[in-house]
Amino acid sequence: MTADSLTARRRSPLCHLADQLAAAGSPGAVRLAELPFQTLVEVRCGGADSLHASRPGLGASADSHAAVIGRLADIVGLPFPRRVGEVAGAGSRHVLWLGPDWWLASGPPEPCPDPGLEAELAGRLRSAAACQASVVDLSAHFTTLELSGPRARAVLAHGCSLDLHPRAFGAGRCAQTMVAKAQAVLHQVAEIPAASYRILVRASFADYFARWLLDAMLEYTTADGEAVGGSRGIAHRGYTQ
Amino acid sequence: MLRIDCPWCGPRDETEFRYGGQADVFYPEDPSSLDDAAWAEYVFVRGNPKGWFAERWVHVAGCRRWFNTERHTVTYEFREAAP
Repeated sequence: MTADSLTARRRSPLCHLADQLAAAGSPGAVRLAELPFQTLVEVRCGGADSLHASRPGLGASADSHAAVIGRLADIVGLPFPRRVGEVAGAGSRHVLWLGPDWWLASGPPEPCPDPGLEAELAGRLRSAAACQASVVDLSAHFTTLELSGPRARAVLAHGCSLDLHPRAFGAGRCAQTMVAKAQAVLHQVAEIPAASYRILVRASFADYFARWLLDAMLEYTTADGEAVGGSRGIAHRGYTQ
Repeated sequence: MLRIDCPWCGPRDETEFRYGGQADVFYPEDPSSLDDAAWAEYVFVRGNPKGWFAERWVHVAGCRRWFNTERHTVTYEFREAAP
């Protein structure tokens, strides 16, 4: 089967909820959409003290940690952030800081690779890493949800204990945390009032998580599409800062 | 619900962490020289103080890093988290 026909046949984890996602919320309050098939590549590259770098035979020829990261950053075209919870990039391409030696490069969808193969970006990163970093294609592991609008933060606050107030979190920041008891990568793309969050959840959690979000968005939904305040006092006060 | 300071990610809910038991329990340098009592001591016997206790925690829902911290077993206060 060719890559083209596979690309046409693939189904995203939330395709069965597309109509409900599109109908949820209201344009003036909060909107939800799935961004299916994002290219996601995980990179782990420990420092000189890591087990990987000290493997016999690798140590002598091993490049410095910074040199490896530099090569990978050239491939992605974005710097790999070094500070906790920082995100590099804009638009559809980002590199997220997930841990001290752990990054996630995200990009727009690629054509479906042949069965058993990985995204083209992952292949290029792996060649550049030359066995000195772990590169794993996670495109099919996660699906990406985009929650946007002035009430997006209030919706997330129903199930996320992280402080998402602008004093603690903002555009260009990411965090791995629990949202509605599901493990998620939370990435804020734009500031309030046009706040927009990308939430990466495992494909197997996508149905549960999207249904939870739809439920949490109910109180911000009106029949005529007008913006509404939260009926729960806490959510409303949270929004007015 | 405890709030635990991850040395990388900052304060997070207890549910994001898993507990790793007492910290600084080192594998014996020469295990074959230990008698049964000493081996049992290494494998099973842990401190149970009333007060500060050095522990291992892992931030499984975050940066997935293990770290050492001290917890007060009476007040559940945390201090001195270090990677």
